[in-house]
Amino acid sequence: MGILNKLDTHIEQFESGNIIITSADKLLNWGRLSSMWQMFFGLACCAIEMMATSASHYDLDRFGIIPRPSPRHIDIILISGTVTLKMATRIKRLWEQMPEPKYCLSMGSCANCGGPYWEHGYHVLKGVDRIIPVDVYVPGCPPRPEALLEGLLKLQEKIRNQSLARKTN
Amino acid sequence: MDIKEIYNILKLAFEEGIGEPVTDKPVDPYMIIDAKNINAVCLFLRDEERLQFDYLNCLSGVDYDKDNLAVVYHLSSFALNHKLVLKTVVPKTDPNVPTVSDVWAAADWHEREAYDLIGVIFENHPDLRRILCPEDWEGHSLRKDYKVPEFYNGMKVPY
Amino acid sequence: MAEIRTEDMVLNMGPQHPSTHGVLRLQLTLEGEIVIDVKPYIGYLHRCFEKHTEAMTYPQVIPYADRMDYVNAMSNELSYVIAVEKLMGIEVPERVEYIRVIMSELQRLASHLLAIGTYGNDAGAFTPFLYCMATRERVLELFEITCGARLLYNYFWVGGLSHDIPVNFQKKVKEFVEFFKPKVSELNNLLSFNKIFIERTANIGILPADYAINAGAAGPVLRGSGIKFDLRKNDPYSIYPKFDFDIPVGQGLKGTVGDNWDRYMVRIHEMEESIKIIEQAIDNIPEGDVQSQIPKRVKPPVGEVYARTETPKGELGYYIISDGSLNPYRVKARSPSFCNLSLIRALSKGYMIADVVMTLGSLDIVLGCIDR
Repeated sequence: MGILNKLDTHIEQFESGNIIITSADKLLNWGRLSSMWQMFFGLACCAIEMMATSASHYDLDRFGIIPRPSPRHIDIILISGTVTLKMATRIKRLWEQMPEPKYCLSMGSCANCGGPYWEHGYHVLKGVDRIIPVDVYVPGCPPRPEALLEGLLKLQEKIRNQSLARKTN
Repeated sequence: MDIKEIYNILKLAFEEGIGEPVTDKPVDPYMIIDAKNINAVCLFLRDEERLQFDYLNCLSGVDYDKDNLAVVYHLSSFALNHKLVLKTVVPKTDPNVPTVSDVWAAADWHEREAYDLIGVIFENHPDLRRILCPEDWEGHSLRKDYKVPEFYNGMKVPY
Repeated sequence: MAEIRTEDMVLNMGPQHPSTHGVLRLQLTLEGEIVIDVKPYIGYLHRCFEKHTEAMTYPQVIPYADRMDYVNAMSNELSYVIAVEKLMGIEVPERVEYIRVIMSELQRLASHLLAIGTYGNDAGAFTPFLYCMATRERVLELFEITCGARLLYNYFWVGGLSHDIPVNFQKKVKEFVEFFKPKVSELNNLLSFNKIFIERTANIGILPADYAINAGAAGPVLRGSGIKFDLRKNDPYSIYPKFDFDIPVGQGLKGTVGDNWDRYMVRIHEMEESIKIIEQAIDNIPEGDVQSQIPKRVKPPVGEVYARTETPKGELGYYIISDGSLNPYRVKARSPSFCNLSLIRALSKGYMIADVVMTLGSLDIVLGCIDR
């Protein structure tokens, strides 16, 4: 029962029959964190690393992360690259279209804080957290695929410890 | 064909408005053309049998000095494999330059970019709008005296 | 009978759209399925490259040049350092030139692989994308052992390189070349001669040669229209004249000269030519110091230069004005994608909506390069 190991410790399994007892939160969280659908959406250089991560070599699919083109289908948005002022309002709108519960992963220095464009970038938003809330920041310019995977695992960890009933962060 | 010969051909075809080639500075020599002539000169350069400048490599707007803006044209020819650099200098108070987008279609977007970032106004351009910055952006960002705005649409711009 | 009043439909595509290759927005005016006008809106990735260059010293600009066209960073650097070297009159050691050529050609492979992979993806074929990315990963490995970075390298410096190549580099490149050779025919079997793919690309988005020149098309887009023009041959830079390679052009094998399939096929053939160049160069790298010609202070004389090179996307030119100080007075990048994208309007009129996606993919644009 390998799948059951992924659930946390509070599982009770009866000897006879296929009955498992666990808390609703644990079960829901397990389901949510194993199928984080991601937005098919790239902004800049980091998008290329994001594509490399979802392609065969690093294979994001094994974490249940599949790109979807519509914001209404997705759980996480990867802000992969520089957010410009012209783009910022569009990103905000995409974020607002996503159904709850939703998460945001800011990938790369540009999305974190403006990156190399922090000083003279008159048209660059200095960090996507100025317009939408960010759950995980992944540093790097651009982050390696391994770093992105680590960031996604951190996000899984965050989801695992959440409770939908109380909605704590 | 080098710039001296091109200059002589142009000098014969146009009475005035063709500046002497500047060749003493590294690396590329250039000619300064009067703004009011630029469209006619470009059309001539493209269609003249001996020149055939059929390709516009690059069109750049430049904040030239304290009072002037410049537009720089990098031309080359597929047929004859030679190159030419033209400049036209206009005052900041009246930055009007005739468009060359009817000569080379490539100039269309380049001119919009020069308008957006430097503020050169291209007369008779079919669609002179901002291209890179948003349409409600204020100022021309590649001017040397450009000040970054504090806020844009409620978003703080400086770090 | 009274005439039925119809209204054109305006459809917005992007800036978030999986097939726009980045943050591009196209405003399509439609009559049923037929596109009657396309209005591209760009600037969603305008990162103020040109403003940055004016505040940076000459070597500091190189990382920003990397980030312009992020899928072929090496070629961007090459173009910029050649421009500065021309301005300063620096002669680069031959070892550096060889390494630069090998790196640029490897980068061409990586860039074309990405272009072809995503183009397949645009047509609905996901498998070629995975194959291309797996192959591209091998190229990135070579870059990584050389300079430590996968995507943005800062490897070419004015007058030299940041590192010498590692000891086993030549062996690894040869292994890669052997690995890569069968991949082209594999890709051809998988995608190029696929009946569905040909139906989607041939006879669509036809670009006539005279318009291509007038509109400033560059690179595979220009060559797809049958014009044999490549800066590596026609306006040679670095040590390209030493190598023997062909310039593939579109021939209209499956449709008309200058259609999407031709542009696509030029890229496939260019990969074979790049492999040829790498094979010729890899055994002849002379010994030497790659940093001997790097100036202590990069301070070019007053003057201006326009240097152009052939990147995978086409002619990339840097126009640099120097006022004799440590910072450039003005740097303008003539990006190939910028000029190629401006063709989209002429190429899509009269075709179906789905064909707009295919035409856009065949232009192989990178928004970082367009918006700068």
